[in-house]
Amino acid sequence: MKQFMFLFKGGDEVWDNKSPEEQEIHMQHWQEWIGKIAEQEKYIGGERLYPRVNTIEPGGVKVTDRPLVEAKEIVGGYIIVKADTFDEATEMAKGCPGLQWESSVEVREVWPMED
Amino acid sequence: MENRDHIDTTLNHLFRQESGKMVAVLIKIFGTENIEMAEDVVQDALVSALETWKFRGIPDNPKAWLYRTARNKAIDIIRRKKHSKTIDFSDPQKQLLTSGYTLKTTMNNFWEEHQIQDDFLGMMYACCHPDISQENQITFILKSLCGFSTKEVAKSFLTSEDTISKRLYRTKEYFRKHKIRPEIPNKSAIVPRTEAVLSAIYLMFNEGYNSTNADQLIRKDLIGQAMLLCRSLLSVERTKLPEVYALMALMCFHAARVDSRVTTEGSLVLLSKQDRTKWDIALIQSGQDYLNRASFGDRLTMYHLEAAIAYEHCQAKYYVDTDWNKILEYYDLLLDIANDPIVFLNRSLVILELKGPKEALKVLDKLKNNKLLENYYVYHATLGEVYYRLSDPTLSKVHYEKALQLTQSKWEQQFLKDKIDSKR
Repeated sequence: MKQFMFLFKGGDEVWDNKSPEEQEIHMQHWQEWIGKIAEQEKYIGGERLYPRVNTIEPGGVKVTDRPLVEAKEIVGGYIIVKADTFDEATEMAKGCPGLQWESSVEVREVWPMED
Repeated sequence: MENRDHIDTTLNHLFRQESGKMVAVLIKIFGTENIEMAEDVVQDALVSALETWKFRGIPDNPKAWLYRTARNKAIDIIRRKKHSKTIDFSDPQKQLLTSGYTLKTTMNNFWEEHQIQDDFLGMMYACCHPDISQENQITFILKSLCGFSTKEVAKSFLTSEDTISKRLYRTKEYFRKHKIRPEIPNKSAIVPRTEAVLSAIYLMFNEGYNSTNADQLIRKDLIGQAMLLCRSLLSVERTKLPEVYALMALMCFHAARVDSRVTTEGSLVLLSKQDRTKWDIALIQSGQDYLNRASFGDRLTMYHLEAAIAYEHCQAKYYVDTDWNKILEYYDLLLDIANDPIVFLNRSLVILELKGPKEALKVLDKLKNNKLLENYYVYHATLGEVYYRLSDPTLSKVHYEKALQLTQSKWEQQFLKDKIDSKR
């Protein structure tokens, strides 16, 4: 089975404008979605990220602490899952609850380890 | 600032009732290989409560406060230990604890009210695993599920804290090595496994009821905790067995009489001399209710019969009203179930009441040379009484003195000394 990373982008503003109760319900949806993937033994792991960004520019000298990218391009987190095909992974990603809160999901195949 | 004593009492009560449940949930999260971690979280929550409540007062819902604090501390630990190998996250449900997306929700699901009772009972069955000695079972239950300190457990067993620590260590090692999963056994195993749990509960109760050396607070605590554990078995459908109701009834009848068994100076009072107005009528009433509910199914256990005997005593308004014939019937049934020399010995006391000392001696004769009874002070005290009533003061004294040598309890020793003096 191949591994895929789902990158969740944007949606931070929507999150910030919701009440704690709404946020809690939203996180239950995440739990249900990831829970189902885990039940099929296809979940590997993942993390949520804070929106603050520092970018080290090429060359490694200049540091920008304000992202030039738009808010909707900021990666808010990722998870890694197992799937047989790119299409299967893409279908899986469509269940992400963040999509309802203006996040987008980028599906990427993980480069396998060299034998 | 809140009154310190009030906080202590509230917390102490809460802790005795809830700490076991919290420990059980946390063991489910961390695994049986991390029992100390679970106990530490609960202990930390208690310390936090003490410190916070001292300044801000007792919260409106102290129980919820304590649970929330324990849960948040568990979240902190998971965050810290996520990448270490201490906790096994391989189970799909636990895997979700490793990501910020799912940690809080998954953690909350572990603390769902309806699951907690099952987890608690599951842990009780795990503690009463047939491979663990009964002594170690009870030690562990008191420490982990009843919130006793090592010192309090040591006091309950009249032994050193060191001994208790060793027993706890051995039990924890067993859990670690065998990766015991706390769960309520399935239908085919529930009866024998519950038997072990009930036996531990009853032993714990008797430790409180009979151990005349331990201090009063500890004794009442043991009695209360044993009854709490038994009642918790009755709160879950799968463990509502007839014998559980029967043991509950038995403990109610005994507990109802606990205050009349000892004088304020601390000497034992025989059943015939007890002030029956001191008996707790409400407890006797609940005992009766439990006993009524114990009579479904086709099993008649020793708890049923012992409860029936205790009920007969509770029901008699005066000692002379006791229905000894009925009690003798119960003893005969009891002997059919368990051919136990101590049951036989107790039955001889009923014979003494019903048919007099000659008949009692005949019955007791059958117990001659029984090694267990030879070293049991009640056996000799009984013989002392029987010979006294047969007007044989010499043999009576021999047996009373033998009894005196065999008991360590100060109350019992005093009781026997008074007997010897009065019969001179």
